[in-house]
Amino acid sequence: MSLSGQLDSRSCVLLRLGDRRFALIADQVVELVSPSRVFRFPHRTSELDGVILRRGRVVPVCDISERLTGKRMGSRRFYLISSRPTGVAGDSIAVPVSGDCELIHADLTPAGSHDSPYVAAWLSHNGEVIEVLNLSALTPAIPEAAPSKAETPMPEVRA
Amino acid sequence: MTASTHHRAASPRTEQIILFRTSNQIFAISSASVQEVRSVDSLAGSAAELSDSTVKKVRHVLRRTDRTLYVVNSAIHFGLRPSPASLVFLLRRSRAALLVDGIEKMTTMTRLQSLPPAFCNEERLWYRGLTVLDQNVIPVVNPFGFLTDNELAQLDAITTPVTPEASPATNQAGLSR
Repeated sequence: MSLSGQLDSRSCVLLRLGDRRFALIADQVVELVSPSRVFRFPHRTSELDGVILRRGRVVPVCDISERLTGKRMGSRRFYLISSRPTGVAGDSIAVPVSGDCELIHADLTPAGSHDSPYVAAWLSHNGEVIEVLNLSALTPAIPEAAPSKAETPMPEVRA
Repeated sequence: MTASTHHRAASPRTEQIILFRTSNQIFAISSASVQEVRSVDSLAGSAAELSDSTVKKVRHVLRRTDRTLYVVNSAIHFGLRPSPASLVFLLRRSRAALLVDGIEKMTTMTRLQSLPPAFCNEERLWYRGLTVLDQNVIPVVNPFGFLTDNELAQLDAITTPVTPEASPATNQAGLSR
C-alpha cells in the first residue's frame, strides 16, 4: 500500500488490540468472522498460529497484537480477514481482534520516513491519533524477489 | 501395498491418499507415491543402524537390490515429539523411507489447496499443499521433501549407497521403476 505524498480520504476499519486501536484500509478487509476452530499442523513460520477454514478456503492466522502491543490476544477473539497486496491471487490473512471493529471515513496522513514499516498512514478519530497498518510489513510472506513454488500454479489435483 | 498407478479413478479430478498419524498429528500422502507399507518388525533384519548419522531424523538405512533407502523418522522431521513408530512407508522414486505411527485410513481428496504464501519457511518443501476432509484441514506431504540434497550427501558420505549401475532395473534417476 502506498499512501506517500497524499492526504487521502478513505474508509477504514478500526480494530482493537488489547487497549490500543489501529486501523486498516477498508478495501483490504474481507470480513470479520466469529471465533472458529484453528487448525494446527507442523510448520516453521513462528508468526503463524495455524489456519482457519472459511467457505472452504484455508486462511492463515497471524496474531499481530504481540508485536504491536507486547501482549497476545486472549482466547475469546474474532478474526478480521484481510487481503494482502502481495501479488499472489487470493492471498489473505486472519488477524485476531477483540471484535469491536468500526467502519469510519477519515483523512489519512501519509507515514513519514521515521515511522515503522508497518505504519502505512495515520488518521485522527475522536481526538485519538491512530496508526493505519500495513499488514504486508507485519505478517510473513514469501519474498517477492525470490521465485518459489508458491508463485507457480500448483496443480490442484492430479487425474 | 502396491499403489495402482495405472488404475484410472472414476472421477478425473480426484487423488487417492493415505491418511497417516505421527505423534498425534494427521498427515496425508498420495497413495501413488507409496510403493510399499511394511511393519517396523518386518524390517528388523534388513535395516542397518547408522550410529554416526549427522542427520538426526535418520537412524537406519535399508539396502534394497536397486537402491539405498534412508529411514526418516517423520516425528523428528516435522519437529514433533517422537513416538513409537509401527510402520514404514517405502516411497516411490525417492531415497527416503518414512517411519510413521500408523495409518488412519485411505480416502480420496478432490481438491488440493496450495500452502498460503504466509507460510514461508521449510514447510513449503514439506507440503504439496492442504486439503480439507470432513471439515478438517490436513497437510498433504511432499514425498520428495523429507531429505534435502545436502542431507542426502551427508548420509551418502557415511554409507556405501547402492549405485544405479549396480542394478539393471533402474531408470535415469537410479531408482527402481
